Amino acid sequence: MTIEILMPALSPTMEEGTLAKWLVNEGDSISSGDLIAEIETDKATMEVEAVDDGKIGQLLVPAGTEGVKVNTPIALLIDSTELPHASIKNIADKPYLEKEKIAPELKMVKPITLEPNSSIITVREALRNAMAEEMRSDKNVFVMGEEVAEYQGAYKVTQGLLDEFGDKRVYDTPITEHGFAGIGIGAAFGNLKPIVEFMTFNFAMQAMDQIINSAAKTLYMSGGQMGCPIVFRGPNGAASRVAAQHSQCYASWYAHCPGLKVVSPWSSKDAKGLLKSAIRDPDPVIFLENEVMYGQSFNCPDNEDFLLSIGKANVEKEGSDVTIIAFSIMVGKSLEAAEILHEKGINAEVVNLRSLRPLDLDTIINSVKKTNRVVTCEEGFPFAGIGAEISALINENAFDWLDAPVKRVTGKDVPMPYAANLEKLALPQVDDIVNACGEVCYKD
Amino acid sequence: MKKNTSTKTLNESKMNYDLELLIDMYQKMLLIRRFEEKAGQLYGMGKIGGFCHLYIGQEAVVVGIQSAQIEGDSIVTSYRDHGHMIACDMDPKGVMAELTGREDGYSKGKGGSMHMFSREKGFFGGHGIVAAQVPIGAGLAFAHKYNGNKNVSITYFGDGAANQGQVYESYNIASLWKLPVIFVIENNKYGMGTSVNRSSAGDNLSDRGKAYGIKSEIVDGMDIIAVRDAAIRAIEYCRSGKGPYILEMKTYRYRGHSMSDPAKYRTRDEVEKIRKTSDPIENIKILLNKMGVEDKALKDIDVKIKSKIADAAKFAQDSPEPSEAELYTDITIN
Repeated sequence: MTIEILMPALSPTMEEGTLAKWLVNEGDSISSGDLIAEIETDKATMEVEAVDDGKIGQLLVPAGTEGVKVNTPIALLIDSTELPHASIKNIADKPYLEKEKIAPELKMVKPITLEPNSSIITVREALRNAMAEEMRSDKNVFVMGEEVAEYQGAYKVTQGLLDEFGDKRVYDTPITEHGFAGIGIGAAFGNLKPIVEFMTFNFAMQAMDQIINSAAKTLYMSGGQMGCPIVFRGPNGAASRVAAQHSQCYASWYAHCPGLKVVSPWSSKDAKGLLKSAIRDPDPVIFLENEVMYGQSFNCPDNEDFLLSIGKANVEKEGSDVTIIAFSIMVGKSLEAAEILHEKGINAEVVNLRSLRPLDLDTIINSVKKTNRVVTCEEGFPFAGIGAEISALINENAFDWLDAPVKRVTGKDVPMPYAANLEKLALPQVDDIVNACGEVCYKD
Repeated sequence: MKKNTSTKTLNESKMNYDLELLIDMYQKMLLIRRFEEKAGQLYGMGKIGGFCHLYIGQEAVVVGIQSAQIEGDSIVTSYRDHGHMIACDMDPKGVMAELTGREDGYSKGKGGSMHMFSREKGFFGGHGIVAAQVPIGAGLAFAHKYNGNKNVSITYFGDGAANQGQVYESYNIASLWKLPVIFVIENNKYGMGTSVNRSSAGDNLSDRGKAYGIKSEIVDGMDIIAVRDAAIRAIEYCRSGKGPYILEMKTYRYRGHSMSDPAKYRTRDEVEKIRKTSDPIENIKILLNKMGVEDKALKDIDVKIKSKIADAAKFAQDSPEPSEAELYTDITIN
């Protein structure tokens, strides 16, 4: 009997990985629990253990292969009593490497053209570069959070910072968000510039009191004496299959509160420019990243002084028929929707908000005046969400320019389910944006 | 919890203390008391709104510790903060004007009793959420250590706050990172209306530092010499880089939790007994008498202080309300 050893999924969002190294050879006998390979994900290098006893009949994927999809057969394990050649012959014409059993959301990534004075880097690298550059130029900037130092970051965003800056600038904290958020705030009151990483913003709810009552309000309550130059950053929104307590967008929670700035990047360029601005900002900034975006690549300016203004949106695609307003991961989905809409004869404009507080009302209103139709997109819940706020602002500021009511595309009004099909239903999809745009344009 | 056993008066051995220092501490404690009495009075007249938590009875704690500090040390405390501000040499006029919600208040009238600050004097608030100041104080200590200065953070909180989780999160990190922070538990026996015995398991709040390897001691917080001596030990320990230190001050507040507290949870006799036997100001007066300071000299000090407080009260009522434009300032820096 032949058993296929499959490329394992080693994290909730892993779709592919690099088969870095084989630790066994064809013909080796192995037992359950033996290490057989090293696999690199975008987060870590992991060792893979055999789960069955037997003999390695064939290594199907050579060491060093990148982009091996999860669930692709990477080796064949044969019963040790079986003759290897016979079994290999039986399966030889199976097109294993073409098989894609998972990643239904994975789209063909368009080739990116390198722009001048830029590099094509992942959002993760852009975030790390932003921190490293600011740490080099300002000795008061330091990083603290769970697993940010020795472990190199739970999502590898802080990889290499400990090596470059040492343990006086990069601090592993215990898993006590309320306490370490408060310590960061105290350090900011003491004129340092902390970058506090939350492993995800789901856990930052433990620190909510410190963020709102101490970081956001103290400047006002002190008559302007007590600035709090701190950045709280980490992944926000849904990851993949981690269910209700680990999949929530907190954009509207933080954007609700005066005293905070709230930004949410989409691309590598956004990530670098906004994070550098956030670190230099004298006010507390909530920096909402997205785990699914970490591994995506974009052009990013190399310039160490590249900054994006907090409070400015960006029109990612010009259009004339409908405005799609989005932030974070939804910008990418909106651009995909715009392509589909183009085929249907609808020319959509896509606004990437970048900043939720302050919100760039001018860019929104100017776009409304151009297209007269608006669809807002967010992963968060609909009730009192960012889309609700934008809709209200458009009513107050550009009602006469509307040709259709503003339509919201949001996460469903339910805690995030675990089951794959339900999770997909709960999250806003490209088709939802396409349909919403069709509705506001009164086209089917 | 162990009872506050402070019934003794200052003894002869304390007479070798510098007379000038003792008089200075006496003046400061009296300034706080007169300030608080006036604040209570103005509250009763409707001149001060909201919550107002008085420090009367606890004066020895902050004044004793303050006497052991050096320039650049940072102080952070809860909403029972008037005494700490005056001990930090913040101007009673500015503090009182904040209580009345006027533009000359330390927070331009936008913070009130519970939220006042003076970076210049090293006073980092004045925090309204029970125990929120504890990690903040540890963070200020972090900044001292990061900057490599020899300063320490004095972080005050009450017995009620001592049951909050963030206190222990702060203990843990402060001990791990050897932060120069002195956690001062002002144990005045009641967290609002609930006695320590009814809210806190274990014998002493200071014992809780043991789990984190933090050195601690229990101090008679009604005896300013004992407070000062303990503060000198704690601050020396912290300044030398050995990490945090806990001082549990057994103290007592004579007034209710806030001005709106009828204080039915304790008897008048209990309050009177402590006032008569352990009052920190009366105790130091007796010592000063023994050291040859006459009543008249002490009385003169009191008269001067009363006049200073009267000026502050007048200033606080004459100062205008903040301009309406202040509503939208100081929300963010840029």
